[in-house]
Amino acid sequence: MQGAGSVQSKINNPLWLLAEVTYKCPLHCVFCYNPVDYTQYGPELSTEEWLRVLREGREIGCTQLGFSGGEPLMRDDLEIMVAEARKLGYYSNLITSGVGLTEKRISAFKQGGLDHIQLSFQDSTREINDFISSTKTFELKSKVAKLIKQHEYPMVLNVVLHRMNIDHIQQILEMAEAMGAEYLELANTQYYAWALVNRDQLLPSREQLERAEEITNQFRARIGDRMKIYFVVPDYYATRPKACMNGWGSVFVTIQSDGTVLPCHEARMLPGMTFPSVREHDLRWIWYDSPGFNHFRGDEWMKEPCRTCPEKTKDFGGCRCQAYMLTGDAANADPVCDLSPHHDVVTAAVAKAQQAQTKAATAKNTAAQPIVFRDDKNSRKLSQKAQPETT
Amino acid sequence: MAERNIELNSVIELQRHFRFQWEPAQQAHVLLYPEGMVKLPGSAGEIMKRVDGVATAEAIVLDLEKAFPGVELRQDVMEFLEVAYARGWIRAKQD
Repeated sequence: MQGAGSVQSKINNPLWLLAEVTYKCPLHCVFCYNPVDYTQYGPELSTEEWLRVLREGREIGCTQLGFSGGEPLMRDDLEIMVAEARKLGYYSNLITSGVGLTEKRISAFKQGGLDHIQLSFQDSTREINDFISSTKTFELKSKVAKLIKQHEYPMVLNVVLHRMNIDHIQQILEMAEAMGAEYLELANTQYYAWALVNRDQLLPSREQLERAEEITNQFRARIGDRMKIYFVVPDYYATRPKACMNGWGSVFVTIQSDGTVLPCHEARMLPGMTFPSVREHDLRWIWYDSPGFNHFRGDEWMKEPCRTCPEKTKDFGGCRCQAYMLTGDAANADPVCDLSPHHDVVTAAVAKAQQAQTKAATAKNTAAQPIVFRDDKNSRKLSQKAQPETT
Repeated sequence: MAERNIELNSVIELQRHFRFQWEPAQQAHVLLYPEGMVKLPGSAGEIMKRVDGVATAEAIVLDLEKAFPGVELRQDVMEFLEVAYARGWIRAKQD
């Protein structure tokens, strides 16, 4: 049923569909993974277009659906999409900051069949939460957490960790327990987009990281099955790359607000590649046949040391976007790997993080370079920097 | 001898937040939950299909033996239900 092409028969169907329905966001998080040039994107897909995309995604086998953004609640037609997703048989997840999640909306989501909600928290303290997201949202988030519980959703909390909040790990864990979280994702910042711009202020020291992991392990042992805790280390501290997206075009598909379809959140930055839009093609063609999705499938594209590496089937050479950002060539090994000839760019950043730590007396000491908040003004500025030819 | 969590007279239901359905693209039954999916091919799917919050383990065994006559299934089904319980997919309904 999956088309006739010989290439197509070897490609698995996608399982995950991430719908970044808007890049509008009331928060301005400095570690945001949204593209820094989001202000340059075309108009958002309409309700009708999103419903068509959801149908096409389901037809090619997607089961998990994430509504994300930006802040997906900025779309007032989210209720319509949620209900359609349930009808189509998706297991759907709302990935939200909680800003804009009212009693009325959450009731509509419940009725429409939304399966779960992942609430992000920037920190356990109001001070850092509000500083990092550049807004006053801590109390609101606490209220939203209660709403989520009241509507019998599993409480999935996501806290992005970085140098400024990682030392609060004990309080973060206790906050999650007090809220009755069933799942807690302690996701160390991955250095893409806005987070890469702010890397010097965000990358924790090795000591901070080890302490946080130790505290998390102790807490995990105490709380047992009541809370499932995921601790995601920053890959800069690893010696092997992550199996990014479980392989390019392997299980995951992202639809951006303007309909551009990507194999991951970040791939649009890769030079010389074009990614199709659902406005021009259907998802089946995009997944199976588009040059963008086929480009880094398999291992034909690999260079050394990946090409002859026995671990290539495990990590697929790591992340193409990270390879591009840090080495200038997306076909290189992810430099997180200590077998990469470019690994020194990662160790240099890590070394810098240790120094900065000893210098910075307080969490809010953000060093000489000012931290860049994710907002429209900064996006326009960074877009000009990235693409001088378009200005 | 491992402790038994599912008895013959237990009414079996899916754990909260799990959904069981047929996936045409996979040509298999699947169990969906936050952030994941388990494929349940063949007999696993046949057993889980009968977990409806009404049927007891015994009723599930009998129904399966009716659907697949001539095979003694009790032990296999009970073993599978224990595994499903251990993985957090199902539970015995409390009334």
